[in-house]
Amino acid sequence: MKIEISKMLQKKKKQILDLWMKNQLKDANLREDLMSNDELRIQSEELVDALLKKLTDENLADIESADFENVYEILSGISITRARQGFSPRETGTFVFSLKDALFETLQQELKSDPVALYDATMKVNKLIDSFGIVTFETFIKGREEVILRQTDEITEISTPVIRVWDGILALPIIGTLDSARTQVVMESLLQEIVNTSSSIAILDISGVPAVDSLVAQHLIKTVSATRLMGAECIISGIRPEIAQTVVHLGIDLSNVITKSSLSSALKHAFSVLQLEVRKKQKENYSLKNM
Amino acid sequence: MEKSRITTTTNSMTILTVLNKDNFKIEKEQDVVPFRNRVKEHAVKIGMGLVNQTKLITAASELVRNMLRYANGGEILIEVVSKIRENGIRLTFTDRGPGIENVERAMTDGFSTGKSLGLGLPGAKRLSSEFTINSVVGKGTIVTIIKWKNG
Repeated sequence: MKIEISKMLQKKKKQILDLWMKNQLKDANLREDLMSNDELRIQSEELVDALLKKLTDENLADIESADFENVYEILSGISITRARQGFSPRETGTFVFSLKDALFETLQQELKSDPVALYDATMKVNKLIDSFGIVTFETFIKGREEVILRQTDEITEISTPVIRVWDGILALPIIGTLDSARTQVVMESLLQEIVNTSSSIAILDISGVPAVDSLVAQHLIKTVSATRLMGAECIISGIRPEIAQTVVHLGIDLSNVITKSSLSSALKHAFSVLQLEVRKKQKENYSLKNM
Repeated sequence: MEKSRITTTTNSMTILTVLNKDNFKIEKEQDVVPFRNRVKEHAVKIGMGLVNQTKLITAASELVRNMLRYANGGEILIEVVSKIRENGIRLTFTDRGPGIENVERAMTDGFSTGKSLGLGLPGAKRLSSEFTINSVVGKGTIVTIIKWKNG
């Protein structure tokens, strides 16, 4: 006689749920501060419902089965809400894994007389619940990754401020590593700002760039060329001595780009191009001759 | 004793002592910066000057980018090595990419199969104290560089 495990489990739904709840409430690590027992019961019931409804003897052994899509969705939901409520991934994992005990206990009661069937059913249920547990972890990590990605985007956005230092002079301090994506953002915001302010000089300050390799240099050269096409002059400032030596050894030709060691000397150059003069105000008492 | 030591250094097969080992996997572009920082840490630890540090990091950065671009990543062994009285950093870049067909040409300035400046390999060679490249088409490429603390 072959017992249909899924049918049997479905019949025992009430018992499984009660057992599971009992186990969970018994657990010393139960976070009553984060979730009330009623909420916990609703959550558990929803999961057991979804699982047993879709469970057949065929898909019991097939964790990839499309029948469980709904269960995985519920699990993802539980994982996300629990993460928001402040549960640790371990607590969420334990929540799912504790269902195993309830299922095993039920199976044991029912299949007491048939050890072979019991072993077989236990193995299958074990695999299934393990897979459920993994889903909660995956969702948790995915949620975290989304946060990180969003922050990365935000960082690239805020890390490229175009500053209007003078009428017709823009400065763009670059801090951190210049990669292709970042260069794109830098170039876009710089070119847009050149149009908006009708500036004729842009200063790219790279004092905050830790290393200039050929890729970074290429990006810089591209930005300079694009600025020139817009009719503005581009000055690269903030070239530190060690960077200068490295660039020479690498063999990068920056000779047709105006480069300065500091932002202030770049600004001075910009002033002279614009034929501006900055001088100290003469005071009545002591006149300064040669400013 | 001293004499025999000197002869070993004149050979290309210098006897090196490895003081410290560190493995680093490169899989995506985001790994470049942490890798560079790791190399820098090791360089700072052995007291390498700022200029040599920057040269080493830049050379490493070039090679790592090559690895990512042409071989989809690979592995790097960071070692602190010592030769007589001098310490240095040795980096071994191993990838299982398509390999380089003509290494001599790849080592020429301005040659690139991609759209880059073509300065990565020759530049890295100029920036490091010792540079060896071994490439088998279809198997992969191994590049080893050493930067001495005062070299």
